[in-house]
This record gives sequence, C-alpha cells and structure tokens, in this order.
Amino acid sequence: MKTKLMTLALGAMMAAGPVMADLVFPSLSYRTGPYAAGGIPFADGYADYFTLLNERDGGIGGVPTKLLECETGYNTEKGVECYESLKGEGALVFQPLSTGITYQLIPKTTADDIPMHTMGYGRTSAANGDVFSHTFNYPGTYWNGASGAINYLLEINGGDIKGKKIALVYHNSAYGKEPIRTLEELQKKYGYDLSLLPVDHPGQEQKSQWLQIRREKPDYVLMWGWGVMNQVAIQEAANIRFPMENFIGIWWSGAEHDVLPAGEKANGYKALTFHNVGRDFPIFDDIKTHVVDTGKAAGAGDQIGNVLYNRGMYAAMLAAEAVKTAQEIHGTAQINASQMRDGMEALSITEEKMAANGMPNFGPSFDVSCENHGGPGLVGVTQWDAANQTWSMISDFQPTDMEVIGALIAEDSAAYAAENKIDSQCN
Amino acid sequence: MSDQLIYAMEVTLNGLMAGVLYALVALGFVLIYKASGIFNYAQGVMALFAAMTLVGIMNGQVPFSHLINAMFGTHIHHFGWHVPALIAIILTIGVMILLAWAVQYFVMRHLVNQEPIILFMATIGLAYFLEGLSDLMWGSEIKKLDVGLPQGINLWLDEVTFNIFGYGFFVDNLDIVATVIAALLVAALVAFSQYTKQGRAMRAVADDHQAALSVGISLNYIWVMVWSVAGFVALVAGIVWGTKSGVQFSLSLIALKALPVLMLGGFTSIPGAIVGGLIIGVGEKLFDFLIGPMIGGATENWFAYVLALVFLVFRPQGLFGEKIIERV
Repeated sequence: MKTKLMTLALGAMMAAGPVMADLVFPSLSYRTGPYAAGGIPFADGYADYFTLLNERDGGIGGVPTKLLECETGYNTEKGVECYESLKGEGALVFQPLSTGITYQLIPKTTADDIPMHTMGYGRTSAANGDVFSHTFNYPGTYWNGASGAINYLLEINGGDIKGKKIALVYHNSAYGKEPIRTLEELQKKYGYDLSLLPVDHPGQEQKSQWLQIRREKPDYVLMWGWGVMNQVAIQEAANIRFPMENFIGIWWSGAEHDVLPAGEKANGYKALTFHNVGRDFPIFDDIKTHVVDTGKAAGAGDQIGNVLYNRGMYAAMLAAEAVKTAQEIHGTAQINASQMRDGMEALSITEEKMAANGMPNFGPSFDVSCENHGGPGLVGVTQWDAANQTWSMISDFQPTDMEVIGALIAEDSAAYAAENKIDSQCN
Repeated sequence: MSDQLIYAMEVTLNGLMAGVLYALVALGFVLIYKASGIFNYAQGVMALFAAMTLVGIMNGQVPFSHLINAMFGTHIHHFGWHVPALIAIILTIGVMILLAWAVQYFVMRHLVNQEPIILFMATIGLAYFLEGLSDLMWGSEIKKLDVGLPQGINLWLDEVTFNIFGYGFFVDNLDIVATVIAALLVAALVAFSQYTKQGRAMRAVADDHQAALSVGISLNYIWVMVWSVAGFVALVAGIVWGTKSGVQFSLSLIALKALPVLMLGGFTSIPGAIVGGLIIGVGEKLFDFLIGPMIGGATENWFAYVLALVFLVFRPQGLFGEKIIERV
C-alpha cells in the first residue's frame, strides 16, 4: 500500500511539474477581432520561423523549440490572462504585440523574472535597461519612428523644414499619443508647424480630420494608426487628393492590407520601418522547403513575405539569437527565462549572423547592453507600388536624433523609477 | 462671407452625408424592433456577414476553405471564377434570407412570449455566433469591395461652390450615392409597410401579436420576412461602409454609430432613423469643428451620445418614437 501511494505521489508530481524538454516561446497572438488582419501575418511569421528551426536545424543548440499560442484578440485583459496561464509553462520570452498589454506586463514580468520583447511598440522609455530590467524594445521605438520621419523630411527638403506644416493623424490612445512629445521637442529644434488630429477608436469615420487637412493644407501628414483607421485614412487622403508621397505612416500603418482597399489611389504612400520588406531573401526558400511544402506552415501560407509576416519572422529570429547567446553565456542548451534575459541583454546582431540566417540586410546590426535595451533606433522608409502591389525600401536604415530621444527616455524612465522605487539595475 | 462660416457650411454638408450613413445602419434596428420588439444587437455583425458573403461570392472564394484545408490537408481557396457584382448581390440577398429563416427557426421561435431582455440576450449570442461564422467562412483578412460605386471628390460641387464662395466644398461621391440609396430604401420600406399585404401584416404584428394571430397572420412568416428585410438593409450598409474601408471585422462596430441615432430618432420610426441620423451627423461634425480644437479634438464618438441624451431628457421616447404609458 505504501509503495502504491508513493508511486501515485511521484506520478502526480511528474504530471504537475512543467515540461522542461523544449525551449518554450509563447505567442500572444490575435487571429480574431478587429485587428486580426494585422495579428495573423505576424503570428504566422513568428511561428513559421521556429518551425523552420525545428525542421531544418533540430531546434536551437540541439533543443527543439515549442510555440504556445494564446489568443488575446488584442484585448488587454485577455493578454494578461494569457500571460498568467503560460508563464508557468517554461516560457522564455513574451512578445505581447500590444502596447496596452505591454504596460500591464512590465511589472509582472519583472517580478516573475521573465523577459519581454516589445519590438517597435510598447513603452518607449523601457529602452532604459537601468530601470526596466526585463523589458527590451530593440531595434527601435516609437520615438525613433517620430525622429526618423522628421529626419526623412529633412533629407528630402535639403535639411530645412522651418515653416513646413506637418499634421499628425493619430489613434486617440496611449499608442497613438506616443510620438507627440518627440515631435514637439523636434519642432523646437527645426521650427516646423505641428498640428495634432486625434481619431477615436476604431477610426471608421474620419471625415472631420480630413476636411481639416484639406482646409489647412499641411505639407506632410504623419500617421500613427492601427486597424481600420489605416485603411480609412489612406482612402480619405486619396479622396481629398492629398499627395500620397507626402503621407507617411508609422510601421504599424504600413502593411499590404492597409493600402490594398484604396487600390491605385494608394500608390506612393510611404511608411517607416525598422526591418526590410519583400520576399527577396534566401530564408524564404528554406521556409518553403521545410515549412510550407511539409504542410507545417502556421496559416494558409498566403502571408509569407508580407510586411507583418516578415516582422513576426524577424522577432522570432532575434529571440532565437538571444537563446544562442544565453546558451553560450551559461554553458547549457536548456536555458530558463532568467538566462534568456541575460542572453537578450548581451545580444549582438551582426550582418554576418543575419546573412547566415538567410536574411542579409534584413535589419540593422546592433548590440544590446544593460543600459540600452532599445537598440540603435535606426529607421528606414518604404513606399507602396500599387501597380505591382509591393513595398520597397526607398532609404537606408538611418540614425535618429538620440540627443532628443535619449533625454526624453531618461526623463520618463526616471519618473517611473521614482514612482516604483526602482534602484539602478546596471551597477 | 467669413472663411469660418464657409467651412462650417462644408462641415454641415458632410455631416448630413455622414448622418445618412449612420441612418442606413439604424434602419435595420428599427425594422426588427418595430415588428417584434427585439433590440437586435447583431445588426452590425449582420452588415459584416452580408458584406463578407458578397465579397466572397464575387471573388469565387470557397466558403470554410481554411477549415476544409485544415481537416483534409487540401489547398483549396478559390473556385477560379469571378461573379459580377449584381448577381453576387442577388445571391447574397438569398443568403441573408436563409440566415433570417435560420434565426427564426433555431432561435426566435423558441423564445416566443419571453421577456424582451431574454430576446435581447439571444441577439447578443447571435452576434458572437455570426462573428465567428464570418471568420470561419470567409477568413479574417481585409477584402477590397468594388461593386462600381464611385469614390472621391465630387468635382461638380467643388467647382460650383468655388465659383460662389471662392472655396470648393469637398463632398465624397460615395456619400452622395449613399444618400440616394438611403432615400430609395426608405421610400421602398414606407411603401412596403403602407401599401402591401405583407407590410400591413407586419404592422399588425407590431401593434399586437395576439390580435394578429387571431386574424390568421403567421408570426413565423412575418418574422422571417422582417429579419430578411433587416438583412437586406444590413447588406446595403455593409456595401457602403465596406467600399469606404474595405470589408473587415470593424464593420460590425458601425452599430456603435447607430445607437445614438436610435436614441434620438426613436426605436420604432423609419423617418426617425433618418432624421436622427441627420441630426447626429451634423451635430457631431459641427461640434468637432467649432469646439473640438479647444478641447483636444476626437469629440465625435462621445458627443453623439451626449446629444442623444440631451434629447432624451425632453423626449424620452425619442423624436418620433411611440410614447408608451403603462398603468398599474
């Protein structure tokens, strides 16, 4: 009887404990709801890259990867539920894909010693690793985006935009308001006129904003939109015959589905980016051979090479490289979340590594450090060709105004540190 | 004439056009509420479902293809043909009639004599079911809808107003077409309810279910008919809004725009939906133009509800709604 009880107890313990055989990557995706059109390609790209690593390389460092997908519907409460349900499964890094969820998870991930990667979204001041020990937002942030847009306007105006009228059409949310401070600071430096045009969720009706743009005739319109707001804005811009080449969206307003509904009229629209676009990379051959042709693609396979698919794939590649770094640091292939954080903080992305991964010139080279979790903040510009239905890079990845952004990051993170009584993490 | 006044006139004109678009959505709510006393929470999702079905048929998309492919390992997505818009619209009307029958057969007939709140809850369930069904049938990606409706600035109006005021007004051709469609739709609905046998039967059911039953009117038939007409109105709204933004999940959220219209115009009046829509459209646009810049903008969403609430203080039944007095 005693032996039976011990066997049962041992069995129960084994069943209850987390399975540690794989490298676990949670995917907080949204394949349903109003933002599904953006969530699906990102989730597919993220999943397909890990499938490729398993099928082609047998995982990372000989350990298979395991993707645990949880549907958030882009809903903050559901996102937090997903985090709580997956954190005990051996999760190495969370990518919430939502600024709202990010804000909720910053204190939780720090307390649970699990790193979080918010690539091109989330809380910008989390780039200060001295305060935000577990949040990483390399290779670029919204504030880099704002500065990148202004730099691009400087470039095409011979370095002088004094007196130029710039309008910001933005989603009336924490996300949409992110660039305002940076743009206002840069306004002092370069002397342009800035007008702010908020659009309420979901953004299906924007007549007032575009009538105002038609009246005030800004030289350039910048957009911080997401979901249906993007498609309606591009259509309305076309309706008032605003020159598309003077309309520039942030990277969350620059996917294929944002421009396709407007058809030919969207030709010339521009968007910022922190990674390359298109299908002209060797990795897509490997994905076809090892993932699509074997029937293991995450979705229908129709998103491959799209802007947001590429972004998801890029996020997965950066996570995989961080795992390799962590494995080297700690001398073990089977790393845990805390070790993954160390790997992310010591991450070094070089062109050689990118090329070896089949992604030459796909993104900038950069190093992460304890102080700098935001990467180099290099920003490029893409443009939509409606006839060929393709995005193309029209600029290199250019540096942004880190003098202005750095000061803003220091100020915001210092306020957060004081509010939450956080000591320096890097000393 | 001052620039501000000229701009206000342009904003008012665009507000009227926006109001018509809101009224298009509100009409579907009114029809069902009038005939059955049900506040159909699923009306916005019906517009989404109708528009997705229309695009799916036009593009020759295989319904449930993702499900079929996942289950059987196939790779089918399209039949390989394209259906002309008019035929696709007719086929979609057929699908909406089928949906109306299914709603009546599987849901509503089991809830006869239940409290209105129970019926309302049933429509919430229906909304979520239809959301899932739309995704499952046609996928979640954004689809371009082109049934030949014109879009872009109306050059004639631009020129005329420029000659008069020295500033050309912007009015979207799509909004003008939507106004014509809404006018025809309202005229047809009024004629239908006033001059046809089925329309009179519908009004009889709306007045008193028991009395209508006693003179031989089939409740099932009338409700299927009403849900079908509401489905047709949802299709029209879906086409207009879908042409504007592409057909996508957010179409279901246009119902949010109809609620203040209903509160203001009354839940039981077709003209009320139109007048309510126009007041809300003009009110929110003018407020955003005149007051918005002083308080940070983005006032349209909340101001529509504030305006509706102000009206409710003076006319709780809405502008054209029926005054209900219950004596105990």
